[in-house]
Amino acid sequence: MNRLAPFEWIAAMRFMREGSAQTLLIVLGVALGVGVIVFMSALVAGLQSNIIRRTLNYMAPIVVVPPEQVARPQRDSDKAQIAALVQPRSQQLRSIDQWQKARAQIERLPGVIAATPVVSGPGFALRGDANKAVTITGVEAESYTKVIALADKIVAGKLSVATSDIIIGVELAKDLGASVGDKVRLTSPTGASETLSVTAIFDFGNKGVNERNVYIGLRVAQNLMNLVGGVSSIEIKVEDPFAAETIAQAIQAETDLEADSWIKTNAQFFTAMAAQTLSNTLIRFFVGLTAALGIASVLVVSVVQKSKEIGILRAMGTSRAQVLRLFLLQGAAMGLVGSLFGSALGWAFLAVWRGAAKNPDGTPIFIIDVEPSLFLLAAAGATLVGTLAAVIPARRAAKLDPVVAIRG
Amino acid sequence: MAEIRPGETLRLEGLCKSYGVGTPVETEVLHGIDLRIGRGEFAALVGPSGSGKTTLLNLIGLLDRPTGGQLFIEGRETSGLREADLTRLRGSSIGFVFQYHYLLPAFTALENVMMPILAARGRPDEEMRNTAAELLDKVGLTPWRDNKATEISGGQQQRVAIARALAMKPALVLADEPSGNLDTKSADSVFDVLRAVNETSGTTFLIVTHDPRLAQRCDRIIELVDGRIVTDRPNRNVVRRSGAAFSESAGARPPS
Repeated sequence: MNRLAPFEWIAAMRFMREGSAQTLLIVLGVALGVGVIVFMSALVAGLQSNIIRRTLNYMAPIVVVPPEQVARPQRDSDKAQIAALVQPRSQQLRSIDQWQKARAQIERLPGVIAATPVVSGPGFALRGDANKAVTITGVEAESYTKVIALADKIVAGKLSVATSDIIIGVELAKDLGASVGDKVRLTSPTGASETLSVTAIFDFGNKGVNERNVYIGLRVAQNLMNLVGGVSSIEIKVEDPFAAETIAQAIQAETDLEADSWIKTNAQFFTAMAAQTLSNTLIRFFVGLTAALGIASVLVVSVVQKSKEIGILRAMGTSRAQVLRLFLLQGAAMGLVGSLFGSALGWAFLAVWRGAAKNPDGTPIFIIDVEPSLFLLAAAGATLVGTLAAVIPARRAAKLDPVVAIRG
Repeated sequence: MAEIRPGETLRLEGLCKSYGVGTPVETEVLHGIDLRIGRGEFAALVGPSGSGKTTLLNLIGLLDRPTGGQLFIEGRETSGLREADLTRLRGSSIGFVFQYHYLLPAFTALENVMMPILAARGRPDEEMRNTAAELLDKVGLTPWRDNKATEISGGQQQRVAIARALAMKPALVLADEPSGNLDTKSADSVFDVLRAVNETSGTTFLIVTHDPRLAQRCDRIIELVDGRIVTDRPNRNVVRRSGAAFSESAGARPPS
C-alpha cells in the first residue's frame, strides 16, 4: 500500500486491478475514442489552417475598393414616386478618392499591420504568337511585400518592379515560353501597351494564380489603366486573419470606402469550414458519449458484483462519501489512463497519416501541427467524462443499504 | 468465566422494529425488547429462524434503525444520531463477524484487517500495520498474512474476518452465525478464537447461533421467539475447549 495514497484511492486501484479484464477492455475503448478524437481534431485543424494559409498566400485579408457606383432612380419631386426605373450601372475602373489619406487612416487602425496601394485590371500578355489574358497588378514593391509574401514565392530571378519590369507566374511563363530576361508585351483594354522584361517568376502553388497574375510597377499600371495618380484598391494585412471582417467594417465606417474581408469573399469556404468543425464536434461528442456509457456500464456491473464488499465496508465504518469517491475515482482513472493511451494512439495515427499523405515529390500534402495543448485537453476531457460517467454507479454504491447488501 | 467489568456495553429499552410502516402490511417483528449486556460478556442469542435474531443484531449494530424504543451503546443514546454519526460510531465501537467472511479479495489478509482503521484514518501508516499484524498473530494467521484473502482456507478466512472486526478495538463484537459456513473442526477453532479474544481483551461478544452445541460454550444464553425474549439465563456449564484453539495453524504451512 502506498503510504501517500488515501483509502479511496487504494481501494479504487485494487478494485480495478481485480477486475483487470473489464478494466483493460474499457481503458482500450476509451483509448480508441480519445485516439480518434485527437487524430480528427489535429487533421481538421491542420486542414483548415493549411487552406487558410494557402488562400492568404496570394490574397490580402482585406481589400479596400471605391464605393460601388449606383444609378439613382428618378423621382417625381412632389410625391416622391419613382418616375423611372434605371438599369444597374456598369462599373468603370475608378480610383479611390484621396487614396493616400485613406491609406494613412487605415494604417492607424488597431490590428492593421500594413496597407499597400494597388492598381489592378484586365489585360493581355503577348509574346511571339502567344496571347494570354491576365490580371495586371501594379504594386509598390516595398509596401506590397509586407502584405503578400511575394518575395518568398519567387522561384527564378529577383523581385523588382521598376519601370520596365514584370513578374509572371510559372504557368504563364510556360505558356508564353518566357524565362527571366525575356520581353513580354502587355496591353490593356484602353489600348495602351508596354513592353516589359521578365525579372522574376513566382509560384504560389495555385494554378489559376500562376497563370493569370502579373505584377508590374504601380506607375506603369496607372498608365496602362488610364488611372494616372490613382489606385484601384488598397490591400491590407491584419494581425489576426479571423478578425478581418471586424476590421473591414471599422475601415468602412472610418473611410466611406468599401472594404471586403477575405471572410466575406470566401463565404462558401467558411461555410464549408464551419460544417467541418460542426461534424468534428459531433463526432467528438458521440465518441465521448460512447466512452462515457462504456465506463458507466462497467462500473454499474462492478457495483452489483461488489455490493457485498461495499456492504461490509459500510458496516465497518466506511462513510457514504468514501464509497462515492471510491467509484468516482475509478471512473476518473479509467478516463485518464484511457486518454494517455489514446493520445499515443492519436499520435501514431497522425504519424501514419504523415507517412501516407505525401505529394509525388515527397513533400507532405499539408502540414499538421499538433499542439501539446490538444493532448492536455484530451486528458482533462477524458478524466472529466470518466468522473461524470461514474456518478450514477457511484451514487448507487453509496446508497447501498449495508443490511440489504450483505443479506442479498 | 471472563471478567465482567463494571458498566454496560449495550442497553435496549422497549426496542421495537416494524416493517412496511404506513402500509396495510405493516408487521412488527420485534416487540419491546429490553436487554442489558455488561462489559466483557460473552452472550449467545438463540432462537428459531424468523424469530427476529438477525433484525435485532442489525439494530444493535446500527445498520438499521428501530421504529420504537431506545438503544444505548456504551451509555450513548443512538436514536437521535445522524447517518454519518451512526457510521462513525459503528466504525469505532462495533465489530461485525458474519456467516460469510466478506473479505475483500483484492487485498491480502493483513490489508483486510487494516481496512477499518484505514477507512477511519484515511491514509495507511506503520502503526495500523502493526496493529493488524498483532491481531493476525492473535488469531494464529501470521504465516498467511501476505496471502490474498482468496488464497487461504474457509476457517482461516473467518479468522481474518474476526481480526478485522477487532481492528478498531470495538467495545462490542456482533457475530451472526460466525461458524455457520464451516465444518465442525473449523467452527470450533473459530469459536475458540472468539472466546480467547474475549478472555484476553475483555471485548463484549453477542453471538447469534442456532447451534445448541456452540450456545453451550457461551456465558449467557438469550432466547428470542417471535420477536420477544423468552428466556435469558446465565450458562452454568460452559463448555471449554482451550488448547485446541490454534490447532489448524500450528502445523500447517501457507498454501503455494
